[in-house]
Amino acid sequence: MTQRWRPDASLATLKARAELNRSVRAFFVERGVLEVETPLLSTHATVDRHIDSFQTRDGRWLQTSPEFAMKRLLAAGSGPIYQIARVFRLEEQGRHHNPEFTMLEWYRPGFSMHALMDEVEALMCRLCDLTAGFERLSYCEAFERHAGFDPHAVSAASMRAAAVAADLVSAADFADEPADFWLDLWMSRCVSPALGTAAPAFVYDFPARQAALAQVRPGNPPLAERFELFWRGIELANGFHELADAAEQQRRFQADQQARREAGQVVPPYDVHLIDALAAGIPDTSGVALGLDRVLMLKLGLPDLAQTLAFAADHA
Amino acid sequence: MATVSTNEMKSGTKVLVDGEPYSVVDNEYRKPGKGQATNTIKIRNLKNGRVIDRTLKSGDTWEVADIEEVDMQYLYNDGEFWHFMNPESFEQVQASATAVAECSKWLKGEEACKVLFFNGVPLSVTPPNYVILTITDTDPGLRGDTSGSGGKPATLETGAVVRVPLFVQLGETIKVDTRTGEYLGRVGK
Repeated sequence: MTQRWRPDASLATLKARAELNRSVRAFFVERGVLEVETPLLSTHATVDRHIDSFQTRDGRWLQTSPEFAMKRLLAAGSGPIYQIARVFRLEEQGRHHNPEFTMLEWYRPGFSMHALMDEVEALMCRLCDLTAGFERLSYCEAFERHAGFDPHAVSAASMRAAAVAADLVSAADFADEPADFWLDLWMSRCVSPALGTAAPAFVYDFPARQAALAQVRPGNPPLAERFELFWRGIELANGFHELADAAEQQRRFQADQQARREAGQVVPPYDVHLIDALAAGIPDTSGVALGLDRVLMLKLGLPDLAQTLAFAADHA
Repeated sequence: MATVSTNEMKSGTKVLVDGEPYSVVDNEYRKPGKGQATNTIKIRNLKNGRVIDRTLKSGDTWEVADIEEVDMQYLYNDGEFWHFMNPESFEQVQASATAVAECSKWLKGEEACKVLFFNGVPLSVTPPNYVILTITDTDPGLRGDTSGSGGKPATLETGAVVRVPLFVQLGETIKVDTRTGEYLGRVGK
């Protein structure tokens, strides 16, 4: 008999997880935000080119985030809503990744991106006994400080040369990758590890190409009203001033599908109900998703995500 | 040719990179939530021991290196090659000086070694963890010194030089740890 039946998390950690969930619910009850539940299984899926979904035998998809369903509730007049949801992402496994994980997602009609960052900060202070006043850096400032270049001005070739010089990649590799590949590589290898080393830190105003489902603010360069929260180098949250334009949303979905097709990736159907909901109209809203397992990991000072889980994926 | 994907590369997986055989030491998965996932793989070159990092896009593959480790008995050196025998099949192979390398200084005959084959050719040889050898040269130590402090060099019958306590004498047989080159004790007659 092996010991592999045993949990990854200690009993103390499981109790801390239950306490964390209670604190989250108390926080949103106080603020009049409604808890909702939406389906884990859908006939549609994300088409984000870097997020892959599990497909079931009957052709449906496990959600990678409750975002589309929650926006449909917003369009139907739900007002502010939150959800503690289990989400699933194919082939995401590592020290800080598990193919299924717990996401706290919430939407705030009438909030700007910065107002929602204030609320994320208040929640983090409550959950992890932190002091308010988290650092806020633009994406550009974060890169200039920790990668040494302006991410909006630099070419793919010079980011590659700098990555080779910094020994991040071998000189023989990745000759034809686009600028976004190099931004992601620099972000995950150099920029994010240096963020939020003491208290958590926000990064906001992403390149327009990395808008995902965020509104893009016109300008030179145009910037996506998107933010992320980092603590001790680990990405905890991603938020948007939500795109509300149905035609633009459809155009982005189709562009992502096209990119997936060209790369030989699976091309799931995008959520037509979301397009219809946006066309019907959703209020001006900011929304954010926070990885609760990672919050618990950092709060308790655990070395890896598996130790926050009753059973991690490799013996679930 | 068999390949392994980034998510199958575990510590000890043998891979072929730029034609050279490597063993995976560590594999770190990184992914910005909405960005490109990469794996940084720490690999040890099985020819020269050098450890390097290589970054791959998650899902990329390397060829599997044809590597096999076999327990073999050292037989003799013919002046150019070292000869080993598989004690089960009695099959014999010859290993080059490059493959035997540092291991040669512990080999007298009949030692149970581990021979690592790459594409069927011996790539490296690991001696037994402990060997028992006779001292063929060392300065006479101070009479009466039994503390073992200080020490002196001693040449063994295979040519290896190890540090021994002052009281250990020429002609004595000693036990040595081949991983550290450390003297462990005298072996009684």
